[in-house]
Amino acid sequence: MNFELTEERQMLQDTLRRYLSDRYTTATRNAIIDSDTGMSDEIWTELAELGVIGALFTEEQGGFGGAGFDITTVFEELGRAGVVEPFLDTAILGGGLIAALGDDTQKQLLDEVIAGGAHLALAHGEPTSRYDLSRVETTVVQNGTTGGGADVQNGENIVLNGRKAVVVNAEAAGHLIVSARESGAADDPAGISLFLVPAGTPGLSLRGYPLFSGGRAAEVTLDNVTLPASARLGLANKGFAALADVVARADVALVAEVMGAMETATELTRDYLMTRKQFGRPIGTFQALAHRYSDLLIELEQARSAVINAAGHLDKPSEIRDLQVSAARNLIGRVGRHVAEETIQMHGGIAMTQEYELAHIAKRITLADHRFGDTDYHLERFIDLSAA
Amino acid sequence: MDLSYTPEEEAFREEVRGFLAENLPKEISDAIKYGTGLGKDGYLRWQAILNEKGWLAPNWPAEYGGAEWNAVQKHIYEEEAAAAHAPRTVAFGLAMLGPVLMQFGSQAQKDYYLPRILSGEDWWCQGYSEPGAGSDLASLKTRAVRDGDHYVVNGQKTWTTLGQHANKIFCLVRTDPDVKQQEGISFLLIDMDTPGIEVRPIILLDGTPEVNEVFFDNVRVPVENLVGEENKGWTYAKYLLTHERTNIAGVGYSRAGLESLKRIARIEQSGGRPLIENPHFAARLAKVEIDLMAMATTNLRIISRAAAGQAPGVESSMLKVKGTIIRQEINDLTRRAVGPYAMPFASEAVAGDNDPIGPDYAGPVTSQYFNNRKLSIFGGSNEIQRGIISKVKMGG
Ligand SMILES: Cc1cc2nc3c(=O)[nH]c(=O)nc-3n(C[C@H](O)[C@H](O)[C@H](O)COP(=O)(O)OP(=O)(O)OC[C@H]3O[C@@H](n4cnc5c(N)ncnc54)[C@H](O)[C@@H]3O)c2cc1C
Repeated sequence: MNFELTEERQMLQDTLRRYLSDRYTTATRNAIIDSDTGMSDEIWTELAELGVIGALFTEEQGGFGGAGFDITTVFEELGRAGVVEPFLDTAILGGGLIAALGDDTQKQLLDEVIAGGAHLALAHGEPTSRYDLSRVETTVVQNGTTGGGADVQNGENIVLNGRKAVVVNAEAAGHLIVSARESGAADDPAGISLFLVPAGTPGLSLRGYPLFSGGRAAEVTLDNVTLPASARLGLANKGFAALADVVARADVALVAEVMGAMETATELTRDYLMTRKQFGRPIGTFQALAHRYSDLLIELEQARSAVINAAGHLDKPSEIRDLQVSAARNLIGRVGRHVAEETIQMHGGIAMTQEYELAHIAKRITLADHRFGDTDYHLERFIDLSAA
Repeated sequence: MDLSYTPEEEAFREEVRGFLAENLPKEISDAIKYGTGLGKDGYLRWQAILNEKGWLAPNWPAEYGGAEWNAVQKHIYEEEAAAAHAPRTVAFGLAMLGPVLMQFGSQAQKDYYLPRILSGEDWWCQGYSEPGAGSDLASLKTRAVRDGDHYVVNGQKTWTTLGQHANKIFCLVRTDPDVKQQEGISFLLIDMDTPGIEVRPIILLDGTPEVNEVFFDNVRVPVENLVGEENKGWTYAKYLLTHERTNIAGVGYSRAGLESLKRIARIEQSGGRPLIENPHFAARLAKVEIDLMAMATTNLRIISRAAAGQAPGVESSMLKVKGTIIRQEINDLTRRAVGPYAMPFASEAVAGDNDPIGPDYAGPVTSQYFNNRKLSIFGGSNEIQRGIISKVKMGG
């Protein structure tokens, strides 16, 4: 047993923490949130140079990490600072799928991603699929040359039709990774295929909007989007396993991000309880608040262990991995709500204002529970897996 | 024990329901239902409709143009209004200042201000809290110094709800700094147009400019704008707070919220079935509904005691704590219910002419969840209420 970070990860953590506390102030971040693109290219590039993206991939893939604890090291720091830039979308989800499934040509995109020069988005969820990973109703048809008028390779082309919901980072992405149903029933894990769709492909339309906790997403419509056969990512009908793998990595990233955000929330609360005076004394001297602050710290230790459990099992067979991942997401979901609500309450009015750091941090914590399954979804998944 | 309403009360409920069905404009109820917010004009329009009917000021006596409803009637109205998605009336003039003026104001103040509250000519805001005086309100520092027939006011108020719409503010100010805190406070009526007043918006975490900071720099206020006696303001403020705490349980709002949550959960799909059939979601929903059913009766028990002339004491603190917990739980469940569509930022999601992003009910739910964190903070935080309950019960 060893619960220490390796020297490399410790260094990465220190570097990121220093960089983000210098560069990513509340004012800077809030200006980024208000900007048209909802992210800063400069910060993206600088963080890529510091190795934030490389750390998420193995050496073979062109990075220098890629394990569960690399993901948690990076995302905990991003969470601490409330970073809104879409590392989850471009790197973990988009980059992860290309690393797993891409052919040599497609993998060139991954090199660009790791260098900080390209954005990706996963267009998977649909307006009524909620958190069901296997529910895909976007259709794909593979035609002969007579089918469509597009630039056709290998005598075949692919036509996609459907709608994708809340596609985070869709507008910035040079390519969308689109899932579509090639065979089977609407929620069948078999029969899902993946495609790399370049931005601007005719028939692809985006309705973009800002997200509540920063960053942007879009509703994506695919109306006879016609692609060459080379746009396939991986084998026909076999996309689900790779999707489940990257989503497990995204789940680990999310719990680590929330962990970092909860540390910030409790640190802000400690400082405030010690400095804010009412009735002639620091409010932290009221036992009603002091005990609740202690409870937060107790919950945080539990949360940290859950994150470690999930990260440590990320490379295990999927039944074992998913049990740990869902356990972590359920526990972090519960603790996250408790921490977000309690830290706001213990601050009083100040935490209700947009310009106070905690407001943003609480939103990050809360809205993380709306990606890839919420607290209840993961409870049910845990029950199913542990009964199996 | 009899849980049923009297025939008169039932008839009153029918009357209220009929009135709302006929007179509540759809644009206004939609703005409440979909959380798109009501501007100043919307509030004033609805208040004019109520005033016309004589229902704008439920607890004012008839001689001042009030409805003179008893506690049960008020409760019935509030339930029906919430169910019909009628807006709340703006409390500052009607529920807070009005009763204070009737009790402690001069004849001239009553004659001048009360009709203007009903007509909508004056929009009042509440200048109590300061940056350093929140829960510990009596520590407020805004100074008013007598200079001939004026007070000169210097200082700052904060969290002033809808101060951007207001032309008047009632303030607690310090007139004597040398006595016990509570004994040096006065209650002043101030015209927001007076030179030296500056209002700056505070954007809340859901992006709304709902509250403000109000700065006073040598603001000259005529002495006739003092309510009651100098240095007796704390007594009036406490009197006002007992009025602020009527309808504190918000049962009607919780009922309306629960109904809309159920409607959403019937539409939303989870694993190919309506979310409302999902056992975990259904269990969460059932628990809050069970709590609300009991709360409704707790509320009525306390109301009927009040109707029998007993002033509510710690009970109103109990209603505040439990009522806000229930409302906030419903907000949380509603946010959960919409799944990934809780993520879009509401002001875009519900923006004007555009189609909503995702289902139409999803737009405001995350904003409402965060915005209603205020319920347990303002009007005496839930910690302060708990302090009151134990202090009273343990004879402290
Ligand atoms: C949206 C909003 C609208 C508002 N509108 C108005 C308005 O229109 N006019 C107006 O005058 N004010 C308004 N307020 C102010 C509101 O009344 C104050 O926020 C409230 O009194 C709490 O004060 P505070 O925010 O300074 O928190 P603090 O008083 O600093 O409290 C911080 C924390 O300490 C706790 N605490 C304080 N004292 C104790 C104690 N003795 N024991 C245990 N815990 C304690 C509190 O419960 C809270 O959790 C509004 C506030 C909000 C958020």
